[in-house]
Amino acid sequence: MASSKTATKDIITLRGSAAIVSEFFGYAANSILYNRGVYPEESFAKVKKYGLPLLLTQDEGVKSFISNLNSQLSEWLEAGKLQRIVLVIMSKATNEVLERWNFSIQTDEEVVEKGVSREKSDKEIMREIQAIMRQIISSITYLPCLDEPCIFDVLAYTDKEAEVPITWIESDAKLIENPQMVKLHSFDTKIHKVDTLVSYKNDEWDEE
Amino acid sequence: MDAESVHSSSSSKAHSRCPLQEQFLQRRNSRENLDRFIPNRSAMDFDYAHYMLTEARKGKENPAVSSPSREAYRKQLAETFNMNRTRILAFKNKPPTPVETVLSDCSSAAVHQPKPKTRRYIPQTSERTLDAPDLVDDYYLNLLDWGSSNVLAIALGNTVYLWDASNGATSELVTLDEELGPVTSVKWAPDGRHIAVGMNNSEVQLWDSTANRQLRTLRGCHSSRVGALDWNNQILTTGGMDGQIVNNDVRVRDHIVETYRGHHQEVCGLKWSASGQQLASGGNDNLLHIWDRSTASSNSPTQWLHRLEDHTAAVKALAWCPFQANMLASGGGGGDRCIRFWNTHTGACLNTVDTGSQVCSLLWNKNERELLSSHGFTQNQLTLWKYPSMVKIAELTGHTSRVLFMSQSPDGCTVASAAGDETLRFWNVFGTPEVAKPAPKAAPEPFAHLTRIR
Repeated sequence: MASSKTATKDIITLRGSAAIVSEFFGYAANSILYNRGVYPEESFAKVKKYGLPLLLTQDEGVKSFISNLNSQLSEWLEAGKLQRIVLVIMSKATNEVLERWNFSIQTDEEVVEKGVSREKSDKEIMREIQAIMRQIISSITYLPCLDEPCIFDVLAYTDKEAEVPITWIESDAKLIENPQMVKLHSFDTKIHKVDTLVSYKNDEWDEE
Repeated sequence: MDAESVHSSSSSKAHSRCPLQEQFLQRRNSRENLDRFIPNRSAMDFDYAHYMLTEARKGKENPAVSSPSREAYRKQLAETFNMNRTRILAFKNKPPTPVETVLSDCSSAAVHQPKPKTRRYIPQTSERTLDAPDLVDDYYLNLLDWGSSNVLAIALGNTVYLWDASNGATSELVTLDEELGPVTSVKWAPDGRHIAVGMNNSEVQLWDSTANRQLRTLRGCHSSRVGALDWNNQILTTGGMDGQIVNNDVRVRDHIVETYRGHHQEVCGLKWSASGQQLASGGNDNLLHIWDRSTASSNSPTQWLHRLEDHTAAVKALAWCPFQANMLASGGGGGDRCIRFWNTHTGACLNTVDTGSQVCSLLWNKNERELLSSHGFTQNQLTLWKYPSMVKIAELTGHTSRVLFMSQSPDGCTVASAAGDETLRFWNVFGTPEVAKPAPKAAPEPFAHLTRIR
């Protein structure tokens, strides 16, 4: 059964790859917002995805924010113009950046330019994504407690020449000074390679 | 900075080969002495300027030169420029902030910080203050207990008073004879009707509070005063100054059923776990013991399950966690000042916090993951901690001497504290249970919150 699966060739196109990456980001963002308690637990509902129980926000505002974001990300991904997506968690009171979830994306230029496709099985990609999701879920064990109300924002790093709709504005990088960093797994669709890294504010509280 | 060092090293290296460069540098140096007005340095891109200067020079003067450090620097610069070529974009419309959602009060449930974020108001002053004259200021005694029938018992000198919290009525239960007293401990039985009174003469009296009648006296357990008591159903456990802990079955004539020997100084803290399986005992010998009920035997002294020696002062404050089985919080005296958390199954110390002051008493909030501790010098305060982060949520001051005893009302909301300043204060610190548990967790339907608005 497994051998027949591996024998079949899985063609992946630029479009398909962009869809996988942006979908991944949607679930990852939901997972982070849930696990880091940015929005109340009750506003999330359980779904099954990537072979894992994941939680999706039911808050209409957050939902539409993420879906708008995703459609724009897909566009940029298909054009090969997206270099990085960063989900930033900030203190609501002070706007201080507490956590940065960094998803850097490497695009296979050849695919974008010549429109060729690549081969990689869906199953394998899902397995790689699953590993990242698991890491995001387990990240609460080492990330410092977010003990104040937080807000989040998403930054997209694009090429200079990328087309930008008017709903987007230039932003600063919202960096954390002297952060702790933890690199998570990566996944590769053979067209887009996504590396995940979380950086967070050093918890001075522990050191006192 | 980085640019400067690379620059100077490369210039000294290039000195023999390329005089022009030096000249150029000298001119630059001499120019530095001139009094130029530079409006805003922070707006200048020095890295870029340097890159352009060195790059241009190389092409003209010395195309072959390439030291590894220079190469690396160039690469780094190129990377920086790559970064600069990136646009960082964000949506104009920001995602909704959590407070704007209907469930704002729930979102802040994960939040614990003193003033701006508390989801429930914690009064900083006591609700009510009662006089407690002749309260014995002795750390090792346990003179306050709030029973399940909402009656508070407090021992003042030789007398045990009952204060009915529902109507504020005070009555006297018993006044001991001079040679028996003072009272060293009081403890309500779980039924809220019977009460045990430990005395200085090593005996324990049992009273029926409704009939106001003494039922029996337990003798022969101890050789000195009985400072700690706790009930486990019909078993009354007594801890004495002689370091012994005795389980008494109050129904039978030969009431001593088990003896726990492990302390070699006064036992001042005794608490049965909610399951009644484990007993925690703390003593003036800085020891904390965990005893297992199932391994207890009547004929021979029972071996402790765990002997925990981490506290460096007397262990009086003990509190079993209501939401996590096998978890005990213990507080040390003036020389230790630490609250420690234990897994009593394994004996592992889970966490420790230095409170900076003698820990006299500990209480868990039954409705929230919070712990209340009462302290001595210097603040004589009650401190409310968030568990497990151990962030201080509130500090309640008012007592002017160490807060020796605390007890919780049956509904878990109000805490009574008695201190060496001979006052009994009531604090509305734990909130109300209705507010604490707003939503069943297993109902995450999208519009569940709508029904709750009504």
